[in-house]
Formats: sequence, C-alpha cells, structure tokens
Amino acid sequence: MAIRKTFSYPYESAWSDADELLLHLDTGTWRTKRPQIDTDKCNYCGLCALYCPPQCMLARGDYFEVNLQYCKGCGICAKECPRGAITMVLEELSGKINAET
Amino acid sequence: MRKHDTKVITGNACSAYAVRLCQPDVVALYPITPQTEVVEQLARFKADGELQAEMIEVEGENSAMNAVTAASIAGGRVYTATSSYGLAFMYDAMMQTAGFRAPVVMTNVNREPPGIHAVSSGQQDMIATRDIGWLQLVVEENQEVLDVTIQAFRLAEDYDIQLPVMVNYDGYFVSHSAEAVKIPMPEDVAQYLSALEKQPKRMKLVPGRSMGAGSHGLLLAYTELRYKHVAAMERAKAKFDQIDKEYGDFFGRYYGGQIEEYKTDGADLILVTSGSAAGTAKTVIDVMRDKGMKVGLIKLRMFRPFPRERLSRALQRRKAVGVLDRSVDFGWNCGPVYREIRALTPEIGCVPMLSFIAGLANLDITAGDVEAMIDDIYAASLGSRFQETTWVSLEEKT
Repeated sequence: MAIRKTFSYPYESAWSDADELLLHLDTGTWRTKRPQIDTDKCNYCGLCALYCPPQCMLARGDYFEVNLQYCKGCGICAKECPRGAITMVLEELSGKINAET
Repeated sequence: MRKHDTKVITGNACSAYAVRLCQPDVVALYPITPQTEVVEQLARFKADGELQAEMIEVEGENSAMNAVTAASIAGGRVYTATSSYGLAFMYDAMMQTAGFRAPVVMTNVNREPPGIHAVSSGQQDMIATRDIGWLQLVVEENQEVLDVTIQAFRLAEDYDIQLPVMVNYDGYFVSHSAEAVKIPMPEDVAQYLSALEKQPKRMKLVPGRSMGAGSHGLLLAYTELRYKHVAAMERAKAKFDQIDKEYGDFFGRYYGGQIEEYKTDGADLILVTSGSAAGTAKTVIDVMRDKGMKVGLIKLRMFRPFPRERLSRALQRRKAVGVLDRSVDFGWNCGPVYREIRALTPEIGCVPMLSFIAGLANLDITAGDVEAMIDDIYAASLGSRFQETTWVSLEEKT
C-alpha cells in the first residue's frame, strides 16, 4: 500500500507556527456542530477569539474565520458573541472536516 | 593527493582536529574518561583562537545535549562528545534531539556503562542507545575517526537526512593510542562541506517569527513524523555510501560506506565485527588466507540504520558466519550485532551462525582469540555441531 502524500506537518519535525497552527491534534474531527459567522452582523470585537479554547478564530481583516481543523464545535463563541453573529449549525456527516477551508 | 599535515595524534585528538576543521557554531562538552582529551584539545583550540565556536560550559551531559540541540534548531552547526555514564545521562535529551531532527554531531568514546564499575572500553553504551533514532557510526582507527567525524557533519546536515549522528570508537584502544594521521587543509574541508550550502535550507528558528519546535504531534501527526524519521534513516544508508565515495574522490581515502568488505571475494567463511577489533581480525585473516583458508571480514561501520541490504548481499552464498561483539544482548544470550545479522537469515539463507562475545571492559582480543573463532566458524561450516554463543575468554581451554 502506498503512503499518502499529504502530511499534517509541512516540515521534517514538529515545528508549529503560532500564527496558524498551535496544536497538531485534529480536534476538528470531534465536532458535531460548526460555528457559522454572519459577517454582516460581526463588528470584529474579538470576544469569540478571546474565548475560543483552542484559539481557532483566525483574524481576517474585518471579520473572523473559523479554523475548522481545530474547532471542536463547543459553541462558546456563539454563546459569547454580543451581536448574535455566530450560530451553531449541524455538521453533515460527510467525514470531511476541512470542507470549507 | 591533496595537501595535508601529518601529525602523530590520539583518536581523541583526531576528533578535536576534525571538529576544528568543520568549525561548528556551538560546542558544549562535559569531560568524562576516556573522552576528556577531546574537551581539552577543543578548549585549547578555542583559547588559541583556532576554533571560532561558542563553547558553552555545562554542568553535565544532559545540559550539553540540550544546549547543542537548541543551538542546532536555531540553525547552527553543533558538536558534543561523551562516553558511557555521560551518554546514559543525556538519554532523554538525545531522544529530543532525534525527534527534533536536529543534526547534532556527537563523538561517543565507547566505554562500559554503569553497573559494574569499569572505566574501560566496550560497546555496551552505544548499544543501549540503539532505538532512539540516532544514526550510529562505528570506526576502527585514528585516521578513520578524523575522516568520519568530518563526514558526520556532511551526513547529519544533509537536507535529505537532518538527523543526529553519533561517531563511536573504542575507548583507550583508539581514544588513547597515537598514530600518524593525515590532517586535511581547512580550505579543502570547507570546500568539501560547501556541498551543504547548495541544498535547500532546513527549518530553523528566526528572530521575529513566532515558531515552536518540538511542538505537540499527536495521533496522526505523530505517526507521520515517525514515518518521516524512519524514512530519513533509510535514506541515510545510501547517503553514507555516497558521502564515503565523494570524500574518497576528494581526499583520497575510501572506507566502504556502511560496511567494509575485507578479503570477502570467494570467502566461504565470514567474520563480522566493528571498531578496533577489526584491526586484529584483518591481521589474522591475512595469515589464514595465506594458509589457504577462504575467510573474509566484514567491518560494520554503520550500526543505525542497520545496513541490511548491503549485508544481505555481502553474506549471500557463504558457508558459515561468525559475529564478534564487544557487548552483550541482554535477553538473547548473544551479541547484539549477531542478533541483527541472524535476522537476515531470510535473505542470506540458513547457514551456521556463531556469536562471539569478547573484549568486554578492555579485555584483549588477541590474534589467538580471533584464530580460534575462525576455526570454530570453519568447523561449523563443515557440518559439525557448534555452540551458538561463545564467551570467548571464559571458555575452558581443551
């Protein structure tokens, strides 16, 4: 059997870039619900990023994007968002965690 | 032949001269018998302004290994040296070094490990660090110490490898024996090592970029990194052969890469060994060849990764194989290298294989000992019943 060509790490050893990937545990595979962000409602206050336990709210200029490789769907961001810009939607059981990223 | 200086120096001095020629950025060493002279010589080179490296004074070998590993992931060329207890004391740090894929070069002067206090030569210390992902080279004599230490930097830092390398040689027999050694010119070594500069750059810490080295790698990520590590070790085998050839083409000295085959052409009987014992064995084989005995020697030069492909080819169609180990395999009642050679049976066929344990704790391996081993291998090749493991000097003389 051939070894798959894609690797979690682009390097030879466990280097991590604090701006992108902090932990190489694909907690995204645990998720049953994913946060969906209404970018019209979002005013970029950053509370979701502050509260997100695995720090997967990625700053994208005037809104945040969810790093679905790590988001385990806990819903804290949706609970904390003062403008109700985040809703938790049920994952489709597609087996793919990175469908949107 | 390139220009060189000839000096009569010890094996330890050969390490120090080789390191001076390779000009590492950081050196951290803690003295331990029989490695101490390496530290002394490098300190002298540093004091005389001949070694540019930053020398970090450490309080023990564990710190030494951590210091050079950190310097290595910051992109530096690094070196350390140890022996026995020191090697054991840096065991956890060595695993980190290998896991970090930090191309550290380390000299390990073989000495018996803790337990039975013997400040004397034996390969058990190296054997005890077999399964932690380091490349382990074993050399026989002084010139080879110098040449292989230079090659070790070339091998460790190769972009396709990026692994720590341990250069082993026998304490006292090599470390303290002085021989005439050809010391290459610094500019030639710089030119030889410049091949590394043409390669892609390995990852390193850079100021201003928030990077973590040795981060979490769980589950699949861990599996992937282990796979990459093992794949790099597999590549190291052919790479070491290639480096040996390039080094030989450049400096005129070839050693054979992973293994050296000595008078193996047409040999029915093969003795396998490593380190300084190979010197005695070669002399005995010369004599026995003259007497018409078809015997040859294989000197194992790379213990990890194990050169299974080349050994399988070299050991095919022999009538009997003996392996001389200067260490023991706890749990198998044989020598460690013997056990690995025995694992090649599917490739080389089922022939008598004999394990000889000798030369522990400075016990001399005499020409007579080697001759008796070859006699045993010969008798086994004729179909006589044979004893699998022989504790050479403990056998009752008959």
